[in-house]
Amino acid sequence: MGTDLIRLTAAEMAAVIASGETSAVEVTRAHLDRIAAVDARVHAFLQVDTEGALAAARSVDERRAAGELLGPLAGVPIAVKDVFTTKGLPTTCGSRILEGWRPPYDATVVRRLRDAGMVILGKTNMDEFAMGSSTENSAYGPTRNPWNLDRIPGGSSGGSSAAVASYQAPLGIGTDTGGSIRQPAAVCGIVGGKPTYGGVSRYGLVAFASSLDQAGPFARTVLDAALLHAAIAGHDPADTTSIDAPVPSVVEAARGADVAGLRVGVVKELGGEGYQPGVLRRFAEAIELLDSLGAKVTEVSCPHFGYALPAYYLIAPSECSSNLARFDAMRYGLRTGDDGTSSAEEVMAVTRAAGFGAEVKRRIMLGTYALSSGYYDAYYGSAQKVRTLISRDFQAAFEQVDVLVSPTTPTTAFPIGERVDDPMAMYLADLCTIPSNLAGNAALSLPCGLAPEDNLPVGLQVMAPVLGDDRPYRVAAALEAGYADRWGHPLLEEAPAL
Amino acid sequence: MAITRDEVAHLARLSRLALGDDELDHLAPQLDVIISSVARVQEVAAEDIPPTSHSVPLTNVFRPDERQPCLAPDEALAGAPAVEDGRFRVPRILEEE
Repeated sequence: MGTDLIRLTAAEMAAVIASGETSAVEVTRAHLDRIAAVDARVHAFLQVDTEGALAAARSVDERRAAGELLGPLAGVPIAVKDVFTTKGLPTTCGSRILEGWRPPYDATVVRRLRDAGMVILGKTNMDEFAMGSSTENSAYGPTRNPWNLDRIPGGSSGGSSAAVASYQAPLGIGTDTGGSIRQPAAVCGIVGGKPTYGGVSRYGLVAFASSLDQAGPFARTVLDAALLHAAIAGHDPADTTSIDAPVPSVVEAARGADVAGLRVGVVKELGGEGYQPGVLRRFAEAIELLDSLGAKVTEVSCPHFGYALPAYYLIAPSECSSNLARFDAMRYGLRTGDDGTSSAEEVMAVTRAAGFGAEVKRRIMLGTYALSSGYYDAYYGSAQKVRTLISRDFQAAFEQVDVLVSPTTPTTAFPIGERVDDPMAMYLADLCTIPSNLAGNAALSLPCGLAPEDNLPVGLQVMAPVLGDDRPYRVAAALEAGYADRWGHPLLEEAPAL
Repeated sequence: MAITRDEVAHLARLSRLALGDDELDHLAPQLDVIISSVARVQEVAAEDIPPTSHSVPLTNVFRPDERQPCLAPDEALAGAPAVEDGRFRVPRILEEE
């Protein structure tokens, strides 16, 4: 029973728990057993909260027994990226500087998961402070791709994507600042959504680049991702950038799965040279499938997308250099070098040098440079103008089409270690995903097959206007159904057994 | 060259990062490559284009000025590296005479 339980979708798990066929405790135990069996090899989790998970599951079972009406995901386990504060449960952001820190409060996302009766299994590995595309920048060692343990699981939310792809959890929470949900989803062969900026509260999400950071769902099916999206989205007064508008009807869209007459634009600038042939091949097939399902596919040009990557690597580091100033060795986190004679400033500098890894240091210094007087206009100022140009490209495109599509990332999962000391090569992994962060619009990645040259998953990205979050779910659900007809089984079933 | 090793050392000081020589030797050429590459944004950043700091326009988000529950002092101090008399204990913050 245990093995079967973990392979259900989240919606199916919720249904068998609600019907009394099984209990939330049993479902939770099955996942804890799976974690114990495989995570020594995958290393998706930094912290497994066995006691807390079982207590949450018991509470769901008791409330159900008492006749309480529970939400659509009650009793379903979930893996949460270690960038969200969890009251009393260690939160490290993959950094030594926060080792052992137990936050005094829950992030709004975490609070909403608990309120939905969901069972938090633990906290997942990530690139330090969400800076990276491979999860290799974690101070606690890399996570491995369940499809091939020598490959990266993507990043920065690689722990959550690997956990979901390896059946350690049916659902995961990630954050996406430049692609950190969509790219790991793509390379792990699962679904990952980046909601419209401000669609999900950032309260308790440890900030990297505040104008770009956005939390979102990982799942093995489009409907599961939509159910999770709906559970965490919506206005939160504790986050001043949270949008005070109704949550787009993503669940309905995922159940709709109809693209007849939908106008789909292929972004001319996201493809071609520098992309892995197998990625382009699966992307072309996805376009054909959309066409066969009745969508009207055209090519659309977004002429400034080529400047999105350089603009991002000025804006994100600038915001990071400011946000990470809070790690000052004074109020929480690591403090080293406090020998009774050193000044606070010296202790601060020694602690930050010891507590941050190489990529975080690179970005803090890059941001400090971009914001310094004399360079501000040339770098940060110019990047902000590019951001305007990217938004204008999207606006013009969405006057012609309903959604835009591209490969999610130019390659499949690359080998662990390959790009770790070549920052520019690593940054290219986010080439296709960054424009949606700069413009704040909704986007999602779904699996569209395996690249023939390496048998690793390829992701298709669907982008929609701000607050048009329902559209990517509609397109993704239609494609998912189309692929199910073609393949006869979910893509993940082709992954080697762990 | 976009940035020299001395400038990188200065950035490290501004960033409150006490980096050793080895780390500076490693980081300086990497930052040079990155800065040279991202400088491309200047190609299209014409004068008449307004900057965007935030993708979804919002102005003056206020809440009522009402008392709300907040962390108790012991909760706020629970993660502190050092505590004394219910306060954060910090290294000396003034230069010695």
